Amino acid sequence: MTIREILLSLDGVEATYNHAIRALSGVHLTVRTGEIVALLGANGAGKTTTLKALSALLGAERGQVTGGSITYDGSDAVRRWPYELVRQGLVQVLEGRHCFRSLTVEDNLVVGGLARRRSRTEHRRDLDQIYALFPRLRDKRRTLAGLASGGEQQMTAIGRALMAGPRLLVLDEPSMGLAPLLVEAIFDALKALNREEGLSILVAEQNSAVALRHADRAVVLENGRTVLEGTAAELRERDDIKAFYLGFGVVDGAARSH
Amino acid sequence: MDLSFFTEVLVGGLLSGVMYSLVAIGFVLIYKTSGVLNFAQGSLLLFSALTFVSLIERGLPFWAGILITLAAMTAIGALIERVVLRPLVNQPPITLFMATLGVSYVIEGAAQLLWGTQVHGLDLGIDDRPLEISGVFVSTFDLFAAGVAGAMVAVLILFFRYTGIGLGFRAVADDPLAALSLGLRLDRIGTAVWTAAGMVALVAGLLWGARLGVQFSLSLVVLKALPVLVLGGFDSIAGAIVGGLIIGAVEKLAEVYIGPFFGGGIEGWIAYVAALGFLLVRPAGLFGQKLVERV
Repeated sequence: MTIREILLSLDGVEATYNHAIRALSGVHLTVRTGEIVALLGANGAGKTTTLKALSALLGAERGQVTGGSITYDGSDAVRRWPYELVRQGLVQVLEGRHCFRSLTVEDNLVVGGLARRRSRTEHRRDLDQIYALFPRLRDKRRTLAGLASGGEQQMTAIGRALMAGPRLLVLDEPSMGLAPLLVEAIFDALKALNREEGLSILVAEQNSAVALRHADRAVVLENGRTVLEGTAAELRERDDIKAFYLGFGVVDGAARSH
Repeated sequence: MDLSFFTEVLVGGLLSGVMYSLVAIGFVLIYKTSGVLNFAQGSLLLFSALTFVSLIERGLPFWAGILITLAAMTAIGALIERVVLRPLVNQPPITLFMATLGVSYVIEGAAQLLWGTQVHGLDLGIDDRPLEISGVFVSTFDLFAAGVAGAMVAVLILFFRYTGIGLGFRAVADDPLAALSLGLRLDRIGTAVWTAAGMVALVAGLLWGARLGVQFSLSLVVLKALPVLVLGGFDSIAGAIVGGLIIGAVEKLAEVYIGPFFGGGIEGWIAYVAALGFLLVRPAGLFGQKLVERV
């Protein structure tokens, strides 16, 4: 594989909420063009905060980056407006899907494209691409998003983000609350986008098995800092990983040995 | 019961209810998109009526007066959003409400400073002779007001339903964080909403001003809008219209048929009784957003 340029890099990122509650205290992570990177960690490890920090969404939650640097596409991404980053192709699919509930599935998708200047035909083509990727959405396009099933909502949220024309798609727990088959379908779709369109992907997951199967590399967070980084193949081999961030009962021994 | 008299009271009530709806719509626009109960809507309304009257009295032609007032209202709306509300983003609703309460007094004070305190008459050139429609007398002015309100609502609905900005509004109203994550500019949408609320205040201000005379008590029409909002739901334009019609009709019918038992004068507070009763049954209002959610 040729050396690819770094699209996103976080270096020693620290963040707080309300200037009081420390949420991150040293997150390192890089995403290269065309890569799928998994961000793993237990509940409360700081995955969501990390993703919000790098999309400039932390401010909307009364949070702030207090140290370290975040660089996206060669420029500083800390003190930026979310719309500037979206325009540069950094788009996030939020945890818990956050569909516009009282809008139809199709209107949700259309909103995704609002910030972009697209001609009517380009816009139509974008929509058709989303429907080709997630055929179920075509059947549900007149349904209110709030009434769609969990899987359909997740597809809507991903489709909506794709409408914004991302180069780096950031996803926060896309598997949350979904049946295994649906999770597989969603990851397959992401993998296809990565392979065919060269879309770079950063995905935070608790479901490490699925994430490691599809990712190229993974970064593990614990207590707001990066504790482990490696290729997905390496991490898959290590049994202690599961005990360590999935919280499968083995708490101390294996986990603390790092 | 005399049916034609009943009809006359009912129609009169419904038409005056339209005037309440006009005020309530201003509230709904802002509440729906930013979750702020804008107490300053009443003083915006007063300010617009006062500005318009003062311009006309200084010899400006009607349309020039309208245009200048519209420009002023647009500027004020945008200014409030930028100077007061944007710095307070993410603060609890009660803080935002208190801020608009403050703004409301600042605007009233500014209006007083700028245009003085005397009462002005406002003549929109509409004849207020009652019109007889199949035996029922209807006020021409009320009909005109209803027509204007209808046109304004139609424009708003078309705007929300069929334009990109309108879709952006609805998205922000549903989920601001998601809208932000897709690159929508909440600042611009906020400015646009306040501008729209300023325009609605202009229309309502002119009609109310023509009805009651332009004076400081005009800003108290907000108190008429509150029961309408409770009844119709704070976040629904359709609710503001239906709520206004119901409150208008209830007020007039109650005054005529129940009033005598209380010695009259119940028009002023019966709307609140109706709203309170309604709160117990349907806290979200008739058209208020019930959570669309699968469990």
